[in-house]
Amino acid sequence: MATITIREALNQALREELARDEKVFLMGEEVAEYDGAYKVTKGLLHEFGNKRVIDTPITELGFAGLGVGAAMAGLRPVIEFMTFNFSILATDQIINSAAKMLYMSGGQFNIPIVFRGPSGSAFQVSSQHSQAIESWYAYFPGLKVVMPSTPADAKGLLKSAIRDDDPVIFLEQERMYNNKGEVPDDPDFTIPLGVADVKREGTDVTIVARSLTVPLALKAAEQLQEQGVSCEVIDPRTIRPLDIDTIVASVKKTNRVVIAEESHPICGVGAEISAEIMERAFDYLDAPVKRVSGVDVPMPYAKNLENLAIPDVNRIVAAVREVAYLD
Amino acid sequence: MSKQTAAPPSAAKAEEQQGSTGAGVMDAPPQVDPQLLKKERDEAKERQKDRLSGLGNDQLVELYRQMLLIRRFEEKSAEAYVAGKIGGFCHLYIGQEAVGVGAISAIRKEDYVLASYREHGLALAKGMSARGIMAELFGKATGCSKGKGGSMHMFDKSLGFLGGHAIVGGQIPLATGTAFATKYQGTDQVTLCFFGEAAVNQGAFHESLNMAQLWKLPCIYICENNQYGMGTSLARAMSLQNIAQKACAYNMASEFVDGMDVLAVREATVRAVERARKEYLPTLLEIRTYRFMGHSMSDPGNYRTRAEIEKYQERDPIKLFSATLLEQNIVEQKALDEMDRKIKEEVEDSLRFADESPLPEPDELYTDVYANPIEPGRK
Repeated sequence: MATITIREALNQALREELARDEKVFLMGEEVAEYDGAYKVTKGLLHEFGNKRVIDTPITELGFAGLGVGAAMAGLRPVIEFMTFNFSILATDQIINSAAKMLYMSGGQFNIPIVFRGPSGSAFQVSSQHSQAIESWYAYFPGLKVVMPSTPADAKGLLKSAIRDDDPVIFLEQERMYNNKGEVPDDPDFTIPLGVADVKREGTDVTIVARSLTVPLALKAAEQLQEQGVSCEVIDPRTIRPLDIDTIVASVKKTNRVVIAEESHPICGVGAEISAEIMERAFDYLDAPVKRVSGVDVPMPYAKNLENLAIPDVNRIVAAVREVAYLD
Repeated sequence: MSKQTAAPPSAAKAEEQQGSTGAGVMDAPPQVDPQLLKKERDEAKERQKDRLSGLGNDQLVELYRQMLLIRRFEEKSAEAYVAGKIGGFCHLYIGQEAVGVGAISAIRKEDYVLASYREHGLALAKGMSARGIMAELFGKATGCSKGKGGSMHMFDKSLGFLGGHAIVGGQIPLATGTAFATKYQGTDQVTLCFFGEAAVNQGAFHESLNMAQLWKLPCIYICENNQYGMGTSLARAMSLQNIAQKACAYNMASEFVDGMDVLAVREATVRAVERARKEYLPTLLEIRTYRFMGHSMSDPGNYRTRAEIEKYQERDPIKLFSATLLEQNIVEQKALDEMDRKIKEEVEDSLRFADESPLPEPDELYTDVYANPIEPGRK
């Protein structure tokens, strides 16, 4: 076990999979000579050369579609979006081509492709660079959507995503690239897609958190423990398909649930999890499901306003106390 | 970069230039002099005659057969659509047969073809069976996409036919990607990418051509310029209507081709394929053609005049080619009649096959969503 950052873990995963399979190539803006806008791809051009690690023009729709076409012809592309805000330009190819190709071709053309890059808020980059976009992609059958929150998950899930035969949307979080954690050294270490992880066990309240809110939920759980409330923190890790069974099993144990998410609440993943819990575990609930979401406004620039727009430890603590009827 | 150009084939070019600014919805095209029309037809025939050398009689007759098969197939598709056997949209290829047949005759089986939603004829030209395509139109389990794709999504992996795609221009980045992949894999396969002229206004077209020339990808971009994007004429939609010229912006080779002459299309594609196979260089072909039917089966057609359609029907690629073949004693009328009879039988057979085939099983609703389906929570 080595202690490394999420950035390094992703870099390792890319390096190992590029080395493992000649069909894998990496393409995106500034991934090669610049070493990646966020340095996730650092050193890969040097190691694998410009056939395998390819800088693109700023042409998101074009290179996303090129990747899907390359996958139709037998390659396994990893397409980096410098940030997922820019993937909005490429949604036609991600949704209309990648997600639906297998189905509308009657099972003839699967698309083994990974679209990856940071999603969600960064640090004061305002409205167009701060969008948590997972609910967009999770909506569409044909796509898989992954959101790691630790270095080990980042590495194990990215390797699984690259080996998967379907299109995978792999959402990183810019604020978390420097977060550290232990990662197994085994080059065949993977984590299966579609399996939630219990990040902390507890008995009183379930907190379902993903990506940015996982460390926040764990801090909140520590504070709440001091207040006598035992929290179980569940990280679905894969949003589609969602491991709802693990969440429901926890809710049946704790009877109370808070969903913490960076994204907007309307039509969000939290809303979906909430609906699933209502359908599967209504009789076990001792309080209404409570969401702690990003505020329903475009992201502001000013530091104080930005802080107010994103969930924090205090809001999660307050929500847990609310569903536990402590206040 | 060499930029080849061919002479504009018909009055269409002159007409377009005359009426290219401020055209209203119902502006009638200028009157066409019947004498001029005949002169043009004779000239087209002369040009076609000059292109006969290099191909054996059997090859020439086969090109004709493929065009006629598409024509007859599409005529029956239209009937089946009206009869309620085919659902959704149905975009016919009638009038454009020379483009698909000429271009696809210039490539190999292992080369890739990607197309828009007007792709029945292209699928036939790539060697897909009339049965599989008709059954797909009928939404049957025996269709080439198992009844899940329909008119706009024909696929056959074994024949390198990588789809009908239904977002205008969506197939252009995909084809750029298959060309990228074949070069990456070190094969000498090429990709033909078919799209209509309206797709040229999409960003996908420009983004793709830029990457293809930048990275030297063996993709041949075939713009089937039938002069209307649904009901909007080229003049009302495009500031620079010389599409071949747009290749200049990407330093790419291009040609303007008479799409009513199957041999002209074939020759231009042969040149482009050679460039792609030997030098990994892309080409943009603007192939001027005309669709004799509406945009789709529900098209009222009130954006163009009967006279305009009739003018182009005078340049019918199948009529032109049969006249050439007969006049040059390459084939006898009797043989063409017999061919037509066999083709009609083949199309009738496809209709019977489609009619009698079973619907997809209800369970098929849930298959082919994922290649690796994941049962959530399975460790």
